[in-house]
Amino acid sequence: MKKTGANRLLNVHDLCIEGYQEEEWRQIVNGVSFYVDRGEVLGLIGESGAGKSTIGIASMGYTRAGCRIKAGSILFDGQELFGADYETLRRVRGPRIAYVAQSAAASFNPAHKLIHQFVEMPVQEGIMSFSKAEARAKELFRRLDLPDPDNIGDRYPHQVSGGQLQRCMVAMAMACNPDLIVFDEPTTALDVTTQIEVLGAIKEVIQAYGTAAIYITHDLAVVAQIADRIMVLQHGYEVETGETRQMIESPKKDYTRELLSVRKTRGKTINHGGEETVLAVENVRAAYGNNVIVLDGINTKIGRGKTVSIVGESGSGKSTLARVITGLLPPIDGKVHFCGEVIPPKLKNRPKELLRRMQMIYQMPDTALNPKHKVKKILGRPLNFYFGMSGKERDQRILKLLELIELGPEYMERYPDELSGGEKQRVCIARALAAKPDLIICDEVTSALDQLGAKGILKLLQNLQNELQVSYIFITHDLDTVKAISDHIVVMYQGKVVEQGPKSDILHPPYEPYTDLLLSSAPEMNPDWLDHVIKHRQRLADKGVSIRS
Amino acid sequence: MVLKRLFLGVGMLFVISVLIFIGVEALPGDLAEAILGQAATPESIQAFRSNLKLDLPPHTRYLSWIGGILQGDLGTSLANNRPIADLLSSRISNTFFLAATAAVFSIPISILLGILAALYRESFFDKFISIFTLSMISFPEFFVAYILMVLLAVEFQIFPSLAIVRDSMTFFERLYAISLPALTLTLIVIAHMMRMTRAAIINVLASPYIEMAHLKGIKKVRIIVQHATPNSLSPIINVVVLNLAYMVVGVVLVEVVFVYPGLGQLLVDSVSKRDLPVVQASCLIFAGVYILLNLLADVLSILANPKLRHPK
Repeated sequence: MKKTGANRLLNVHDLCIEGYQEEEWRQIVNGVSFYVDRGEVLGLIGESGAGKSTIGIASMGYTRAGCRIKAGSILFDGQELFGADYETLRRVRGPRIAYVAQSAAASFNPAHKLIHQFVEMPVQEGIMSFSKAEARAKELFRRLDLPDPDNIGDRYPHQVSGGQLQRCMVAMAMACNPDLIVFDEPTTALDVTTQIEVLGAIKEVIQAYGTAAIYITHDLAVVAQIADRIMVLQHGYEVETGETRQMIESPKKDYTRELLSVRKTRGKTINHGGEETVLAVENVRAAYGNNVIVLDGINTKIGRGKTVSIVGESGSGKSTLARVITGLLPPIDGKVHFCGEVIPPKLKNRPKELLRRMQMIYQMPDTALNPKHKVKKILGRPLNFYFGMSGKERDQRILKLLELIELGPEYMERYPDELSGGEKQRVCIARALAAKPDLIICDEVTSALDQLGAKGILKLLQNLQNELQVSYIFITHDLDTVKAISDHIVVMYQGKVVEQGPKSDILHPPYEPYTDLLLSSAPEMNPDWLDHVIKHRQRLADKGVSIRS
Repeated sequence: MVLKRLFLGVGMLFVISVLIFIGVEALPGDLAEAILGQAATPESIQAFRSNLKLDLPPHTRYLSWIGGILQGDLGTSLANNRPIADLLSSRISNTFFLAATAAVFSIPISILLGILAALYRESFFDKFISIFTLSMISFPEFFVAYILMVLLAVEFQIFPSLAIVRDSMTFFERLYAISLPALTLTLIVIAHMMRMTRAAIINVLASPYIEMAHLKGIKKVRIIVQHATPNSLSPIINVVVLNLAYMVVGVVLVEVVFVYPGLGQLLVDSVSKRDLPVVQASCLIFAGVYILLNLLADVLSILANPKLRHPK
């Protein structure tokens, strides 16, 4: 694209931002410089804590509570935003620079109809009358492929699905045809299948209106679809910046290469362990309340030392299956066998020994650990509860467990707040291992972690399995995780098993249509992937497979 | 949902009626001796007791009492033999008049102060309001009442020191008469409501949709009024109604200090006169008001939630 000075829309120079942490101001963005030309899309990528969101909203002259811009220059269309007064900034935000947040569900006000939130800014600024703004909303809703564009605005945010809401937010950002839109992880909270629709819609409108954009994400494959240039960030420093294709094909820095390689991880499974079945689920039907069936006719088996992945989008019933297996939700029909015996459907009827042999690891390590307990106490509880250990014996076992999860003995005295997300998840794993279980159910254990953290956890789980012969049920919507860790895959859709079998069968053609849809939805590192996949979807739709959105 | 709560409320009222009855039974001293005096002969005491059916076992008396109430008969006063319903009716309207006056002033003032304090958080204004309202709530209410009396009735003689109302008074004369008790009540309840409003709004100000509103370039005042307030209504409604209930039920001391002929004053008088049927009836009315207002708070909170108002 053209890169002359007259086309320069945003020029950020030597931006330094401080955050207030542990009672002092610390620099969190260190002298980052970049520019965006008119009609150009810049991708900002990095792990969590890289400062990409902070930089993104700082280009609107805004900082979150507890942050401040310390130095630098933010020149937007010839106007300096750093140090500008509140009223000047307020007038730029909305009509000229718009923002699209990560979670539309949280970023739309629950108390007002969508259309009122759409027209609010244009009417307040006197740019459009209410009826003109309403017409503009309908035009954009139609353009973004929202169902029933004439009436969807009369709904409240909670009455619209996540993917549709995200598109409504894109529409709201486009209301006054801004020069620049900051997209802050707009698809991260969505299912893979929905992500594509939103990504496609975003790409389509910003091209059609010639809008420039800053696209923030931690997913290199997503940004590759939409950005002209990519800037990689780490710990608030710029790592490198370059044209999209060049960055993906020949990155200069090691860190970028490492980010790229995360996507290519394929864990090698060492296939030992015999044919012994640890858990079998037979004809399970389950429902919440009395009438809504959420699981129907589920049959599956897990062998000792094997990993079974259960994949599907949200609402497919994969977490419900885990609740049935653990006894939290007794099924209305069907049986669960554990080591050859039928086990009581209700949790409270299960003996302690059975509880010990089946453990669980959760999605959010932050909420799964008691913040008031030290690691020592967290790990000591199951040892005491299941084995009656205390004193020295227990401390030694805790040290062993810490060794297993590759953390040093100094972690015994730490509180969860003093650990990183990955370390917390490791403690959760150790807590599950403390019970010496035969089966661990892992519910989206990597989705709250950034890519490098997730990679570490998957590797650890694999090593532990090789060493301890424990079986895993892996519930996830992330296909890269599935590819990396499973022996066996169960694909679920709307409460039913669509397909199941060994990894090699499921992940190689011929595909079941729904599996094909899921697999093709996982972004690939190829900048042309999005265009291909949208065409591919058309073909799938012709075959009669549709996606709920 | 509302019906279920209504049933629960009625059930609760029955439980409370039992508790009131047991509480009154447990009061020390013999009723007949207290009323007839030490000089009473054993025969007259016996006659008094059987007349009031005090010689019957407690559960029979409870059933006859509650049966009477269900038929709308609150019983008769022991002190002057008048029907309790007559006795109470003027008292209730006085108490409600005082509570309503205090509410009309205190609710808008405290919500406005709460919103302003949230808007200018950590400013001098915010701190001043917090310190002032908190000191008001920290003093016992009779203390606040006496201070106001000394300042505004004795020293400056703006308002009357005693809140005496007569049937012949006009509405504004009444209003003037109760200005001090109403001011006392207002000062006492404002802290709660203002601080809850402030906290609820500040809590909402941390939500992503408020950040979104900022990044959409919405004006500050509009953000507070249009975006934050509708989402903090539920806690605000709860604290407002709770304080309304307090203004009806908790005014005993204030009424006594200002010699205001309200329900609270009647309750205190009846306890000292051992006029037990009146005590029971007043307590039951207080309990009923409390339950009804809490029910109202629940219903309003449900109505304030768009997710419940507009299901999928």
